[in-house]
Amino acid sequence: MTRKSTFVALGALLGLYASSQASAAADQVVIGDIDDMSSVYADVIGQGGVEAINMAITEFGGSVLGKKITVLSVDHQNKPDIGASKFREWADQNGLTMVLAGSNTGVSIAMSKVASAKKVPFIAIGAGGASLTGVDCTPYTIHYAYDTTALGNGTASAIVKQGGKTWFFVTADYAFGTQLQEAATRVVLANGGRVLGSVRAPLGTTDYSSFLLQAQASGAQVLGLANAGTDFSNSLKAANEFGITKTMKPAALLAFLTDIHALTLQTAQGLFLTTGWYWDLNEQTRAFAKRFYAKVNRQPTMNQTAYFSATLQYLNAVKAVGSTDSDKVMAQLKKTKINDVFASDGYIRADGLMVHTMYVMQVKTPAESKYPWDYYKVIKVMSGEEADGSQPDPTCPMIKK
Amino acid sequence: MSSVFGIPLPAILGQLMLGLVNGSFYALLSLGLAVIFGLLGVVNFAHGAFYMLGAFAAYIGLQVWGINYWWALLLAPLAVGILGILIERLLLRHLYQVEPVYGLLLTFGLALIAEGVMRSIFGASGKSYPVPALLQGGFNLGFMVLPIYRAWVVLASAVVCALTWFVIERTRLGSRLRAATENARLVQAFGINVPLMVMCTYGAGVALAALAGVLAAPVVQVSPLMGSSLVIVVFAVVVIGGMGSIVGAILSGLVLGLIEGLTKVVYPEASNIVVFIIMALVLIWRPAGLFGKEA
Repeated sequence: MTRKSTFVALGALLGLYASSQASAAADQVVIGDIDDMSSVYADVIGQGGVEAINMAITEFGGSVLGKKITVLSVDHQNKPDIGASKFREWADQNGLTMVLAGSNTGVSIAMSKVASAKKVPFIAIGAGGASLTGVDCTPYTIHYAYDTTALGNGTASAIVKQGGKTWFFVTADYAFGTQLQEAATRVVLANGGRVLGSVRAPLGTTDYSSFLLQAQASGAQVLGLANAGTDFSNSLKAANEFGITKTMKPAALLAFLTDIHALTLQTAQGLFLTTGWYWDLNEQTRAFAKRFYAKVNRQPTMNQTAYFSATLQYLNAVKAVGSTDSDKVMAQLKKTKINDVFASDGYIRADGLMVHTMYVMQVKTPAESKYPWDYYKVIKVMSGEEADGSQPDPTCPMIKK
Repeated sequence: MSSVFGIPLPAILGQLMLGLVNGSFYALLSLGLAVIFGLLGVVNFAHGAFYMLGAFAAYIGLQVWGINYWWALLLAPLAVGILGILIERLLLRHLYQVEPVYGLLLTFGLALIAEGVMRSIFGASGKSYPVPALLQGGFNLGFMVLPIYRAWVVLASAVVCALTWFVIERTRLGSRLRAATENARLVQAFGINVPLMVMCTYGAGVALAALAGVLAAPVVQVSPLMGSSLVIVVFAVVVIGGMGSIVGAILSGLVLGLIEGLTKVVYPEASNIVVFIIMALVLIWRPAGLFGKEA
């Protein structure tokens, strides 16, 4: 092989590495965690999610029905095929009894197909796409933390009602981004606003300046950022740099605490965002955050706390029905009211969506922030029905008839 | 308002301007890669990691020792360059006698290690580096506001590219480097210390990547992944320009930045693959790249 051909051929090597850790015997309760452990969303859940699962297991007592509880985890690298095939492998070979799905709607949609084929409870936490309990719903899916519908109903309606009537979207070019844009668009139109345009940026774009110039040229009042993680940080930074935030009001359709931390309040101040949980809401959340901080050295995000809560709810359901049988456990979960450190007034709707109280937040200014991680003030508390509607999603095939 | 293919002219001008800025980054990065490949024959897959380390060196310098941006422009490339020299001395040097693929695998592994270490320390969402006070604000060009900082990036990159080209093509040191590339043993017989020269060349190539990292720090999130997303594009740029060709690396960097900028207006979804489509076409028509010598 010549130098050149070697070089070109081996370029394909990048991205072909995967890591996993998997071995478990039967007669155990096996909880899987399939998440982005190393890329753009790794801070939102990542290793902190594994820690949250372990905290929940410790709190539960380490075993259930006399069985040992095992945790498997893998990096899906934001690739739906890896997520789905790992899920399948664990279900076939490792006696998987429940799986928690981390970030990335695309991966979660692929995994939901495996959930219905293998009949394994599938708790989607990191993904935002509302289609998980709509067209992609399954009898074994629970969408636990938040969804694009709630984000639209929270952030978009707060901004439209303040007078931000014309919108331009910068959207992450995959299932999550497009669903988020759709949800926000519905809210904007319903409140008498207009969408002047949108642009779809590939996931992992670092330079957003040209997309932002297009946004500015549209003359819209509101810059809707339908993306997440590092994509969100980089687009907001560029918007500040190019002076676009002076003429347009940025709307973070999905931002996590870790994003705000990475951007610093100087850049993020004044943003509206919607979240299902914040560490500084009350005594109970602060106590959990303190325990989590001691282990991970960061305040927990909404999704990491949802990992903790979902693991405990699952183990409680297993204990209550005295079995890991998927149908029995799902039935138990769907009739349980969820009030814990994560959710208030939570319940799992017929389509699988966990409806619970959500919060519209505004990011504090550096002057308002009094102590480390003091980032949000509550603008509005939304009941679960206000966030997600009172009826199950009619596009979910289980709901028809 | 005038327009081209239905796109308003100001929009096109704006995108061309941004393409020039991105092209400057590509040029700076592909320059280092081209120098290293041209003189050492090493396919340096760690280039993106050195770019990332340059940005983090600036960040750490500011947070820990209060080193400002201007000093970071000098010190971060120096520090990362020394790291590069150590890597050449201790690891890469032993692989010159074997197939280039070993050097590629080594540098790829080093890049993964560097990313993993930085991720475990700083997290994946990265850190923010402030724009230096002197370069804040923007010029109003009529069709867009050009942040002063981006204009500075174009200028700085043009100066560095020109200097590097001059050193290699027009100085005595450069002529020795080029001679050593052709026939290392003969040059060594003339009493020139070739291993030292090769070591310094690798260090300099790495320092160029780190310099690009410092330049990028104020405009993108300083994150462990910032290099890996860029390095693949930069490799494509080098292949298009012709492996080892310095002029090719600089020119194709700039031109591809412009093409990418236009793609973002015409069909944004394709903006992250357009460079690879061009690479495929160039490889079909001119396997040695646009400026490469046919082997």
